[in-house]
Amino acid sequence: MNALTIQNLSVTYDKQYALEDVNFSIPEGSLTGIIGPNGAGKSTLIKAILRLIPTISGEVTVYGKPYKKQRSLVGYVPQRSEVDWDFPTNALDVVLMGRYGHIGWIKRPNKKEVQYALDCLKKVGMEEFADRQISQLSGGQQQRVFLARALAQDAQVYFMDEPFVGVDAATERAIIKLMQEWKEQGKTVLVVHHDLQTVKDYFDHCLLLNKKPIECGPTSDVFTMDNLQRTYGGSISFLGNNQVMMQGG
Amino acid sequence: MSEFLNFLSSANTQWVLLGSIILGFASGLIGSFVLLKKQSLIGDAMAHATLPGVCAVYIIFNVKSIPLFLVGAACTGLLATYLIQAIVKHSRIKTDASIGVVLSVFFGFGIVLLTYITKNTKGNRSGLDEFIFGQAAAMVKSDIQVIALGSLIIIIVSALFFKELKISIFDPQYAKGIGLPVSLFNLILMGLVVGIVVVGIQMVGVVLIAALLITPPLAARYWTDRLGRMAFLSGCIGGISGVVGTLISTAGDGLPTGPLIVLCASVIFLVSLLFGARKGLIIKAVRTT
Repeated sequence: MNALTIQNLSVTYDKQYALEDVNFSIPEGSLTGIIGPNGAGKSTLIKAILRLIPTISGEVTVYGKPYKKQRSLVGYVPQRSEVDWDFPTNALDVVLMGRYGHIGWIKRPNKKEVQYALDCLKKVGMEEFADRQISQLSGGQQQRVFLARALAQDAQVYFMDEPFVGVDAATERAIIKLMQEWKEQGKTVLVVHHDLQTVKDYFDHCLLLNKKPIECGPTSDVFTMDNLQRTYGGSISFLGNNQVMMQGG
Repeated sequence: MSEFLNFLSSANTQWVLLGSIILGFASGLIGSFVLLKKQSLIGDAMAHATLPGVCAVYIIFNVKSIPLFLVGAACTGLLATYLIQAIVKHSRIKTDASIGVVLSVFFGFGIVLLTYITKNTKGNRSGLDEFIFGQAAAMVKSDIQVIALGSLIIIIVSALFFKELKISIFDPQYAKGIGLPVSLFNLILMGLVVGIVVVGIQMVGVVLIAALLITPPLAARYWTDRLGRMAFLSGCIGGISGVVGTLISTAGDGLPTGPLIVLCASVIFLVSLLFGARKGLIIKAVRTT
């Protein structure tokens, strides 16, 4: 069963294609890395799928039904830089936002929801920071708060936008552990990622993207030197030694 | 002293004080959201832009009717807000410049209309002046009822949608992702700002009503790191400023109410800037030494 199917998705910025006729599908229970050079449209792809930005064409189906009807099944971890961390709120409050979809309009979170959010913070090792103002958290801790929020949402398909950027080792481990857990629970995870060295360790599926999908499939099949060359074009040289390592591994 | 007590016990004074508390509280509350959305200046532009609306209504209908003034104010205020956003969307002009242009054009036009009224309506401009620069002493019970009712609606709406407004401002992308109509909440917030500006100009005046939106939340932010507390505290600061400003104004023989209210809020802001428990300058200095 495909958890996610994208058909004919196109996005333009200033009359230039940022994404052109994107088609791919992702099997249920897979961990997919979205790989591509800067400006390839990786974050744009996630935002277009989630309807956060206008698209000129495209259909998104989640578990066989249109995304609009399946919204509650989809979770999102935005880039850390997209919010104002000076906002007057604490870690627990941010995690509670993950429950808003379950709580419904106007109603306030009850004790059960607060406990749920606390449990989610605990799972990412952040329970002692529940009351901490979010600006007083480190970059990695902020990322873990976002993870806990996604966890609180209890979705089936997760999109994460560069979760590994600027985080400490503990956070990196927390993210990987969480992704594995989600996979074991049959959940599907798509991650914008740009560290080519770790692709093989983290992801069982890959989407190689440069304005349009170059390849999409199991990492062992598509993560090849040849395909990377086609994805990165001339800029492949920056791979340097990794290239040898990847071919060997 | 007994004179002052007499004055306090007058029914009209009590009404005016009640109105100023509710108005101050509502604007402080809304101001917290506006400040965090970084749209304080849009509120300022909106307030200035109500002037031509009020004057145009007066010229066209040639009556001093508060409800008509409010309608005129709301029309040009909304038009200005729309123009600011349209300019940003359809040109390379950034928000700050767009606000500057729209604010000065509307306010300039308002001043022209005001001058025209003074010269052409046989000097019967009194009442309009008070409306524009804020004069609590001139208000009667029915004016206050409009202010109180409007403010109350604004307080209730923002309390009901507190959670939705919070997430729409803090993380609009995520809010959209979980299916919240973020643009609807932006619209609601805009509507609340128009509401407070329109009901508040009579007491505080078009020039300074925006200060009542901006200053109380700025002061409140120095005391707390939680949005709920900040919004409540900001409301209280607005309410206190409203009452104290109105008291001085009505007791002090025709001093303008708006400026006094804003001065009160500014004093509270200065105190918060220095002594605020969270971000105050003194506590910061102590922590770094």
